[in-house]
Parts: sequence; C-alpha cells; structure tokens
Amino acid sequence: MDIVVPVKLVPDLVEELEINDDGTDLERDFLSYKINEFCEHAIEEAVQIKEQHGGTVTVIAIEREETDKVLFTALAKGADRAVKVTGVDEAATTHTAAKAMCTVISGMAYDVVMTGVQAADDRDGQLGVLLAGYLGVPCVSVVSEVAVSGDTLTIHKEYAGGVMARYEVVPKVVLGIQAARQTPRYAPVSRVRQIMKEAELEEVEVSDAEVDAGSTVRRMYTPEKGEGAEMLDGSAEDVAARIAGLLNEKRS
Amino acid sequence: MSQDILVVAEHINGELSDVTFELLGKAAELKAATGGAVGVALLGTGMKDKAGQLGKADTVYCVEHPGLAQFNPQTHAAALAAVVDHASPRLTLVANTSMGMDLAAALSVSCDLPLVAYALDVVMDGDAVVTTSQLYAGKIYAESASDSPSVVVSVLAGCFPTDAGRADGSPAVEDLAAPDGAAESQVRFQALVEPDGSDVDITQHDVLVAVGRGIGSADNLPMAEELAAALGGAVCSSRPIVDSKWLPKTRQVGKSGLKVKPKAYLALGISGAPEHIEGMKDAELIIAVNTDETAPIFEFAHYGSTEDLFDLVPAITEKLR
Repeated sequence: MDIVVPVKLVPDLVEELEINDDGTDLERDFLSYKINEFCEHAIEEAVQIKEQHGGTVTVIAIEREETDKVLFTALAKGADRAVKVTGVDEAATTHTAAKAMCTVISGMAYDVVMTGVQAADDRDGQLGVLLAGYLGVPCVSVVSEVAVSGDTLTIHKEYAGGVMARYEVVPKVVLGIQAARQTPRYAPVSRVRQIMKEAELEEVEVSDAEVDAGSTVRRMYTPEKGEGAEMLDGSAEDVAARIAGLLNEKRS
Repeated sequence: MSQDILVVAEHINGELSDVTFELLGKAAELKAATGGAVGVALLGTGMKDKAGQLGKADTVYCVEHPGLAQFNPQTHAAALAAVVDHASPRLTLVANTSMGMDLAAALSVSCDLPLVAYALDVVMDGDAVVTTSQLYAGKIYAESASDSPSVVVSVLAGCFPTDAGRADGSPAVEDLAAPDGAAESQVRFQALVEPDGSDVDITQHDVLVAVGRGIGSADNLPMAEELAAALGGAVCSSRPIVDSKWLPKTRQVGKSGLKVKPKAYLALGISGAPEHIEGMKDAELIIAVNTDETAPIFEFAHYGSTEDLFDLVPAITEKLR
C-alpha cells in the first residue's frame, strides 16, 4: 500500500503568540513552527502499515523554517520519500495549502493519504477534507485503529461519548488521523543527523495554488480572560493541605 | 441576496444530536434579526418522522436513501451538496463535530463556498457574515467576515443552548432525490462500536482525578490512582493519555470522550485544550495543577497551583488518609 502523508507545520503553542500590527494575523516574524501533533500520528500509522504490509510512505510538507528538520525526522522514522513544497505563502489558508498538496499528490501513485485530523490554525477547515475534495476522493476524519487486509482498510471513526463507527474503505481515500495505534516513535538525533547526510529532500515548486478563501480576517485577538482560578500560594505542603481540604468537602 | 439559513441535522442511531438543536436555536435567532427562512437538511432513512421535533425550522429538506442510513462521509456530502444547490441558503450551519468536519469542508470544495470553521459565534453584520473562530488551542480568536452570497460555517458543539432550538411543530417537509451513486461508496459502514461497559463509569463519580501530558509516563499513574482511591473517586484523563494507551478510552474526558459533571475535578498536568474543556467545564469545583502558569486550564479552574504535581499529589493523598 502506497501512503502519502501531507503534514502541516503549525506555530509552536508553547511559545507566546503575538498578533501583528494590523491585528489580522499572528506576528510571523519570529514565529517558531513545529509539526502538527496529529500529523505525527499520521506518519506513525503510515509507517506501521508499511512495516506490516509493505508499500511506501511519502511525507510532504510546505516549506517553513523548520520543514527540512521535520522531513528528515520523518525519513529517520521510516518514511521512504520526503517532499518539500515551495512557493506557498507562510500565511496561506488551509484551502491554499490543500490545493498545493493536491497539485503535488495528483502526480503520484498512491492508495491512501493520511494526514492529521486537524491543526491549530485551521480557520477555513481541515487539510484532509479539503484535499480530498480537490483530489476528488472521499475523506473520513477522526480516524483511529486502522487495519489493512489486502487492499481494504478497516478504520474507526470516533464520535462523542466514546462511540465509534467502524468502516471499510477502499483506495483511493484520505484519512484524517486522530491517533496512531501507538505513541509516535521517537527518532534519535544521531539518526536524524545521519539521514541528513545520506538522504536528500525532493523539492516541488507550486506557484498557482492560491485559492480565494471567500472570507477575510477582520480581527485576530487574544480572548478576554475570565476571572480565572484563585492561585494557591505557599509551600507545597500548604497547597496540598488546601487542595485536600477543598476535595474533602466534595467527596461522597 | 437570500437571507435563508440552512442547518445540517446530525443524528446517530436515529436520534437527533443535541448540537442540531444548538444550531437550530442559533438559526432562529439570526432569522429574528435579519429575516429569511430557516431550513434543516435531514439526510438519512426513516428520519422524516423527526421533522416534528424541528419546529424552529420553516422547511425540512429530506433526502432519504438506504445509502444514507448511517453516516457516510461520501454519500452524505453529496446529498448535502444537493440540498444546498436546491435551497441556496445565505448561511449553512454545520456542527464542527466528527461528522460535521467531513461535511463542511467537502461542501466548501464541491460547491465552491467559503468555509469558516471552529466557530464560537456567527452574526450578520450588514452584508457580511461575521464569524468568531477559536484557533490555536483556544489561545487566539479570529473574527472573519465574508460577503459571499453563500457561506458555510462549522460551529463548535456546546456554544449555544439546546433549549432555544427545541420546539415541536410542523415545518414544511420537502423531499429531495438522493444524488446518483448514493448506493455505492468507497466508504462502507460496518457497525457502531459502543464503549466498553466493563470499565468504571467516570460520569458516575463525584470526584475525578484527571491526568494529562504533565504526568510524564504511565509509571506515574499509580500516584493518581492512590489519590483517587483516597477520595473514593476515579482517574480520568485528557486525550493524549488515551492516545498513548496509558488509560483506556473509557477514561477520556472531552470532545471525543465523555462529558463529566463531578462535584470535584482535579486536573493534574492538563493544559486545557478546548476539546478537553468541553468535557469538564460544568464540574462543580475545578482545581488545576500545572507548572505552566499560562496554561488555559487556569481560565476555567476555580483554584490553581503551579507546584510540581509530583510533590503535590503524594502530599494531598497523605492528608486525605
């Protein structure tokens, strides 16, 4: 089974996000990016399937500051090919990112596209579903527990309340991955360094992907904070005593 | 320009989901402000009987076909596109849920309509549909304006009261033909899988000790278990813990897990992503412990501490014994 994994790089949410002077986007000058965590699950699931059933895994990412590292890391984890897409603006919408991915993936032989179910910056929708629309194939989102038998995939789509729907799907499809069958593997730095010496990233320029999103951001802002928590001060012992007291009142 | 609003009904096992009524209440509110009619897209089999529950709607557009009996991203998206083509709404409201996610973006592409997702609210401002989206794990809000004649907005569950959308009535029912190919799909529904009933039911506990990524490793879970035991409560968690298989799915609180309303919820090392907050914000008492003082969980908690949970938890357990 040949699997393509388009991954999204998103602003690292551990760092403080600042708004630009216009108040319409993040201040992107010093923004650090990292791979969307759901896309890490997509890579893991794709590599698991390859390890069990053969086939190939191709990881694709749009160029950002950290893209090379993300793609080499994917190779270190077991991907066969890594493709960097250039020519797409940093502030591009997800529609435009999906269109660019579509341009690249249309030219590839693939059975399944797996990507992260959602990302922190999906203002105009999720990459997987939009990409599926442009590719003209179905998409199932919020997927976990993927099993492969022949050319059929059995997948679970998660609903609220712990209920899941089981589906069988046949290629070509896009899956929005919620969780891989195991925690995404770690690629040791030494292994990534070695791959950086040995392997090369493929580069594809896509210059005509711009999609009119049909909406503009008037205002981007940090939400007003509510009253918030009363922070408990004092030594760890004092805080533990307060919490124990609070909990004690509520226990049955 | 049409001011009509179309709500996409969501249902599972033949029952309309709460979010359908949340959206319908919102649609009725928009209609009161700006006019237009409220329609509901009801796609399925044997669902027409449910139209009577959709009293807030003026028209219910029914597409009935065996291929729509259970949610199928491919056939439901095609049927919805047919309803939108027919009804030409100004605004289509879809839930930003597992099902809605598959529909909203598919509709955006197939009908070439703008989509604004993760909406907390949507209002009409003159000729513009103005949507407030919750982005970057709830740290940033974005207000988007669209003057397109037809816009799709996917709304987060739990943003509007269900009561405002619940009313019996007899809206006009219009039958629409299922699109060609509804009988065949590359996506074949097999079964609904209910959660394992043999595990503890976290929705039935008065006190919950919830663990997040901050717990670090599965080896540290016994510490939380001991505290829960001392309280006569249970351990639950945020999604990453379940994705890592440290706890079963039955312990997951949040959007794709369970909604809980305990008397006390102690959140240990949970940052408070919107998906988690959705599942626990109605707890009577929320205490959060996280070394990151900027963690969003502190916005929702009643009490907070930035002490290291590994120091705090054994000390709390000790005091409760």
